[in-house]
Formats: sequence, C-alpha cells, structure tokens
Amino acid sequence: MNFPILSSLILLPTIGALFIFFVRSSNSQYQSSKYVALFITLANFILSLYLWIVFDKSIVDFQFVEEREWISGFVNYKVGVDGISILFILLTTFITPICVITVNATIKNRLKDFLIAILILETFMIGVFCSLDLVVFYLFFEAGLIPMFLIIGIWGGERRVYSAFKFFLYTLLGSVLMLVAIISIYWITGTTDVIKLYELGIDAKYQNLLWLAFFSSFAVKTPMWPVHTWLPDAHVEAPTAGSVLLAAILLKMAGYGFIRFSLGLFPDASLYFVPLVYTLSLIAIIYTSLVALMQEDMKKLIAYSSVAHMGFVTLGIFTMTQQGIEGSIFQMISHGLVSAALFLCVGVVYDRLHTRLINRYGGLVSIMPKYAIVFMVFTLGALGLPGTSGFIGEFLVLMGAFKKSIIVATIASLGVILGAAYMLWLYKRIIFGKLINEDVKKMADLKRFEILTLWLLVLPIIFFGFYPEPLINSIEVSVANLIDINDLDKINKLALGE
Amino acid sequence: MENLQLIIPELFISIMIMFLLIFGVFKKNSSQLVYNLTTVSLVAALALIINLDTQIQSSLFNNSYNIDSLARFMKILLILSGIFVMLSSSKYIQISNISKIEYPILILCSILGMMVMISSNDLIVFYMGLELQSLALYVLASFNRDNLLSTESGLKYFVLSALSSGLLLYGCSLIYGFSETTNFNQIMVNTKEIEYGLTFGIVFILVGLAFKISAVPFHMWAPDVYQGSPTSVTVFFALLPKIAALTVFIRFLYIPFYELGDQWQMIIIFLSIASMVFGAVAAIGQKNLKRLIAYSSISHMGYALAGLSTGTTQGVQSSITYITIYLVMNLAFFSCLFMLKRNDEYYENIEDLSGLSKNHPLLSLSLLVVLFSLAGIPPLAGFFAKFYIFVAVINEKMYFLAIVGLLATVIAAFYYLRIIKIIYFDPEREKFESKHNLGLKFTLLASTFFILAYFIYPSGIVDIISQININ
Repeated sequence: MNFPILSSLILLPTIGALFIFFVRSSNSQYQSSKYVALFITLANFILSLYLWIVFDKSIVDFQFVEEREWISGFVNYKVGVDGISILFILLTTFITPICVITVNATIKNRLKDFLIAILILETFMIGVFCSLDLVVFYLFFEAGLIPMFLIIGIWGGERRVYSAFKFFLYTLLGSVLMLVAIISIYWITGTTDVIKLYELGIDAKYQNLLWLAFFSSFAVKTPMWPVHTWLPDAHVEAPTAGSVLLAAILLKMAGYGFIRFSLGLFPDASLYFVPLVYTLSLIAIIYTSLVALMQEDMKKLIAYSSVAHMGFVTLGIFTMTQQGIEGSIFQMISHGLVSAALFLCVGVVYDRLHTRLINRYGGLVSIMPKYAIVFMVFTLGALGLPGTSGFIGEFLVLMGAFKKSIIVATIASLGVILGAAYMLWLYKRIIFGKLINEDVKKMADLKRFEILTLWLLVLPIIFFGFYPEPLINSIEVSVANLIDINDLDKINKLALGE
Repeated sequence: MENLQLIIPELFISIMIMFLLIFGVFKKNSSQLVYNLTTVSLVAALALIINLDTQIQSSLFNNSYNIDSLARFMKILLILSGIFVMLSSSKYIQISNISKIEYPILILCSILGMMVMISSNDLIVFYMGLELQSLALYVLASFNRDNLLSTESGLKYFVLSALSSGLLLYGCSLIYGFSETTNFNQIMVNTKEIEYGLTFGIVFILVGLAFKISAVPFHMWAPDVYQGSPTSVTVFFALLPKIAALTVFIRFLYIPFYELGDQWQMIIIFLSIASMVFGAVAAIGQKNLKRLIAYSSISHMGYALAGLSTGTTQGVQSSITYITIYLVMNLAFFSCLFMLKRNDEYYENIEDLSGLSKNHPLLSLSLLVVLFSLAGIPPLAGFFAKFYIFVAVINEKMYFLAIVGLLATVIAAFYYLRIIKIIYFDPEREKFESKHNLGLKFTLLASTFFILAYFIYPSGIVDIISQININ
C-alpha cells in the first residue's frame, strides 16, 4: 500500500473546485470551468474503476486502509473500503460526471459556483463511504449539508428557500443525537475506530439508546416515514443536478449507515428494534406509494416513489439475512441509477416546457420518440420489471423478508404492485394520450448530450438486470462477514426459539 | 527585582499608556500616530510575553499574582485579539469621527486591566483589574458622544456594570469574612467546610462574573451595548473581556472552590443551559447584525460555560479551546461588517446584505464560512469547538446538558442560515465599496483561513492547550 488511492479519490474533486475557484471568472471561461469539472470527475470515475478492479473481492477485511493521526490521542483519520462501500463510491463517481454534463441546460446563472458546489459535495459523499472512524464519518456526513443547502437555495425553484431550510434543519436535527452517541461510544469503549469497534463490540446494555440515536439521524436521511416530508420539497425545488445527487447518493448514505453502523455495531439492539423498522418500512412502502399515485407534479411523484423504494431498502437491511442485505444494497445501487435517470428525464421536459405538472403533457411519443424509449426503460426499472436492475433488488429483499415473516413480505409485495401502478400511470399520462397542448407540439426531441447522459444510465440498468453477478460478487463476502462476526444468524435463531 | 522581570509586559503597557497620553496631549493632530503606536506597543508586548520563560510557574507579590501557563496562554490570546481588533478597525474610527487620542489609550488601559485579571490570584487584585478594564470600557462604549445610541449604551453599561461590581464586591467581602483571607490558595485551605455565608459569597461573585461574560439571566445589557457602541468598540466588547472573564471564572472555580464543586456546579449548568437556549431563540427575530451577534455570543458563552461546569481539567481545556475558536470566528465576522461601507457610511442591518454574493463573491464566501462555522457545521472550526465541549461534557455523563446544547445549535443554525439566505438567495442591491485597508483584509483573510483549514490539523491548538494545568 503505497499510493493513497482513497484519499486521492476524496481530495481530487476539492482540488478541482479550488482550481475552478481561482480561475478568473468571465463569461467566456464558464465553458472552460465546465470542462475542468468534467475532467476531474471523469478522472475520479476512472480512479474508482481502477480501485474496483484491484480490489480483492475474496478478502473479508477492509482494504486500502489509510490511517493518520488527526486529533491527537483521540481520533485518527482512517479510511478503507470493503465490498459494500466500494459500490457506493463507484455510484458516486459515476453519477457526478453525468450531473456535470447536464448543467449546460439547467443552470442559467453562476455556473462556476454550481460546479464548485458539486465538486465539494462529491468529496464529502466519497468521504462518507470510505471513512472507518465514526467522527470522520460524522464530519463528512454533516458537511454534505452545506453544498446541498446552497444548491437548493441558489439554483432552486420558487419555494427554494423554504425547501432548503427544511432540508437543512431536518437533517441537522436528526444528526445531533448521533454526535452524542458517537462521543458516548468513545467514552464507553475508548475508541471511535470502526474496525476496532467491530472486534470489541459494545455492551448490550448501552446498545438500545445508541441505536436509537443513530437511527434518528439515518431515518431522517433515508428518509423513513414519518420524517420523510423534507424530501418531496427538496426534490421539487432543487435543480435537476441537485435532485439527481440527492436521490442517487445522499439518500444512500443513510442506508449505508444502517448497514455499517446500526447492524455492525449494535446487533442486539438492531434485533430488538426489528418490529419498529418493519412497521415504518411497510408504512413507507404502502402509504407513500398511495401518495405517489395522487401527485400532479412529476418530481413529487418520483420523490415519493423514492421514499417507497427506500422503504424496501430498510426492510431488507433489517431482515438481517444474506439475501435481504444483499438485496438492499443492490436496490440502493439500482435506485441510485434509476432515480437519477428519472429526474434527468423530468429535467429534459422541464427545460422545454418549464412546468412539472403532469396534466400539461401528453402525447409525447409522437414528437419525442427517442425520449419515449429511454423513459420507458427507466419506468420499467423503477417498477422492478425482470431484466432491469430494479427487479433483482426488490426480489432479493422480498426473499429475505419471506424467510422472516410471511405477512411482512406479503404486504411489501403489495408495494411492488402499487409501484407499477403509479409509474405506468405516470408514463401513460406523459407519453401517450392526445397531444393537446400547443406548446408541447413545439418540443424538440433529445439533444445529443441528453442522449449521452440518459443512455449512459440505460446501459448499467439493463446490464445489471441481466447480469447482476459483478455487484453481488463484490458484496457477498462482506455481507456474509457482517452477518458472521455479529452472529446475526445466531441471534436470529435464538429469537425465533430454534 | 525578579518579580518585576516576570511582569515586564504589564509594566511595558503601563509605561506606554503614560507615554502616549503625554505624547498625544503635547503633539497636535497626532491621533492616527498614537493609534499606530498603540498597535506597535501591543505587538511589542506580545513579543515580551512570548519571550518569557515558558517553564516558569510562579506567584508574585505574596501569592497574589500568578504567572503560569494559563495566564501566559490567555494573555497571548488577549493581546493577539487586541492587535487584530486595532488592525481591522483603524479605518472605521477615522470615518466615524471618533479618531481621538483617548481612544487607543483607553483600549490599552482596558487591556492592562484584563491582563491583571488574567493573572490575579487574589480577590483584591482581581477586583482592581476588573475595575480598570470596566472603567475604560464605559468610556469606550459612549465614545461616539454625538450619537444617541452610543451615549445610551455607555450609560446603560455603566449603571448595570456598577450594580454587578457591587454584587461582586459584596461576594468578596462575604468570602473574606468566612475564610479570613482574600488569597485564592489560602481560601482553599481555610474553607474545608461548607457554610451558608461562603455559598452566598460564591453566588454573588458568580453573578458578577456572569454579568461580565453576559450569560443569561445577566445578559440584558449586551444587545443594547453591542448595537449602540461604535462597531470598533463592539468588536472589542465581543472578544477581549470574554477572555479575561473566562480566565477568572476558571481560576475562581478551580482554585479556591474546587472542593466545593457541588455548590457551584448546578449554578454553572443553569447559566450554561439558559444562555445556550435563550441566545439561540432570541437571535431569531433580530434585524441588526450587531444585535444578532450579541445574542449569538450569549449563546456561545453558554457553550464555554458548559465546558467549565464539568469540573474536570478536560472541561476547562475544552472551554479554552472554545473561546479561542470563538474569538477567531467573531473577528472574521466583524471584519466582514467593517467591509459593508458605501460613501463613508457603514451598514449593519441584515437586509443590507441582500444579494451580496453577486457583487462581492469573496466577501460573501467569507461570511458563508464564518456563519456556518458559528452554527457549528463540520468541517469548519466552529464544529470542533463544540465537539471538544461535548466530549468533555459527555465524559462526565451530563447527557441532559449535551442534548440541550446540541438542540440549541439546531435552533441557532436557523438564524445563521437566515443570513446566508439573504446573502445568497435574495435579489442584489447597490454595491459596497471594494477598497479596504490592508490590516482589515489581512484580518479577514487570516481568520477565514483559520476557520476553513482548522480541520486539516486540529491537534495544533489542542496540544498547546493541553499543556495548561490549572492547579
């Protein structure tokens, strides 16, 4: 281990941001700063691909671990990846360049600042997924609020101020308890190093409170019902690139946190709270799907569908079975791709007609056939049709759930049907139907860069739908290890009385 | 003579005060020169303090004057803040027509008083230092005498401060009556048993001190004085007296009455919680930036007190770290305030910041960094300040205090975000002047850089502060 590859991944976007910041601003150079951002994010993507290739999938331990003294005698800067986190890093570095490509059409003013915000945000997002120390994790987790607040607030829609405040304060309120828990863990065990904590374990008598503190933070971020209300607002007002990053990556931080910390550090408490998580997840799946059916705003509909999909994720994680957890991770990656793509699709038509109301559209198939095709793929991906990545995730989650409780699994399966209902209905109302609106008739089909970004997302969705092996391979050992070291199976069996 | 060597910085400042006074009186139109000389003499005093042997831990003048690591660190902090305040406000006092020779000399007097307070190990010495700094501050607050608000604030500060000094003296006399001594170390020896009179004495002194750092419920003066005083004096108020008062807090609680911890701990916890919550809530409705920062500093003092309330060395160190970072953040904030100038007029309402980011991207970026840091959002310095406090507090299992404190940060985040919203999301207004003097630019740049880059090497300050031992 010579080259600090993870730190480079974390730092590279910031360096790019600094570079853009110090280049003098004039209108002609807006383009060049865009190319710099694109170059940096692509370089980061290639670097993370390289990381994935060299990453040894058969080893249980964290790899590429870097450790440096940071706050002396207290917290060390420690990063490393295992099979789970590496996928999220790949997702982040894959989605960010796509966001950078889309800025041309969506961001009209202060492009330079926008690029800086996105690059800084990428640093924090990658940091969240590689940190192996609770304090470092918290630092990255919270720091991401700053750029996202600005992205929603500066480049957002009409109610952007309200949404930005709601987003910021909700998430901050959720997270402060996590900070108390992290410091308490330090005083209970003497370390905040995740690897050491895995070995030491935390005394069962503290676990429930600590679990709840972490849960309050992750539940807001996931978001789980009933603290999900910030998400539709934030999505609706954020610019396209902001929505994409929010849906594709920021929400996944919480799911990742559940796996890495809630399950990993507090196995007993996780088991204790399984009924709570099941209930909230099922409500999220059914209730928000119904709410999504009623929406008239496209972005809101997709936002509510995100909440429902994340309900599957939390459900899968807390089945604590190999299939359930693998399914959740797969679902998160897939949802990252699909929701990003759906928001991009909304962005495409929004740029042309400047409305997100579904009833203003209709009959797009005759004037935008290329758009209709890609949108179809993403709709099917979102509703989990076999052959798309969405299917594998949902299927595995439901399989895990069936192992534990048939009732839970049955209710959750209803969510799949509802998902199909709202997605197909959305598609029908926008793409089919009569072409009534005069303005819609003037809309042009996809431009070249739109085709590029959307097909870039179509490919992995279909590829992993037919051939999920590379992803499953990568997470299999780590998930098995997670279940193994915490004796989740044993705890499960005890609970079931076997 | 050996004693005198150790107080050379204080002696130097006293001599400079007298010299500058005579010099200013005899030389016509020398106000700017005196101002610059004051800054230079502060730099010289800083050099003298740093030059002192760091190993020395001694008590001079019958144990009434301590030269130890705490005093040394706090004095360096004090004089550094003094220098930066002078650097950043020089243009302001010229434009606001308060450039008179008395101004820098009063500042020097006040700093001298604070240095005495920081080193004091005796109730009498402490009171002398306190009065020296307060008297200078009364005059400074009303220095812009043609301005109604400034006069009012000076008078208000004088009346309330005199009241609190009276309470403080009463407390001193009670403690003297029950312990037969005014020396801190001697008090510790003489007070093994708890007596009511002693407890009352502690309470009275704490009230007086709480007044000086504007902790709730003794904060009433702060918003008016902050708003009414000239901004150059407000920044002085916001920084330097806090350092001195906090040091006295530390010495007073941790030397004579350390054994009586259960007597004062609840008081400090109450002051802390009340300040954190009240400061956060009351700031929400403010329209004037100086008034807002007054409430914000009330809230910040609550966090510093939370560290003190733990009764551990770690808690004290976290408080010192907190105040250090607090100073830098406030310095940066006020530097930004000094830059809101158009046609020789300074603007200090929140509304005046509207759309600042379009015309002044760099200034807005600094404000953004400062405000997020004040709100305690990682990875900025303000987060680490709070983090150390909560580490110390949770170590003592004071979960209630920690959770209230953290919830107060969420409330506080709201009003900081409101300013950011006005700067970044609202429509732009007329441009401000973009030419500023070098000292101001340097102050802003240095403090913003400190806040931004603190996370790269957070151990630096903590290592220095962990060298400080109190007993």
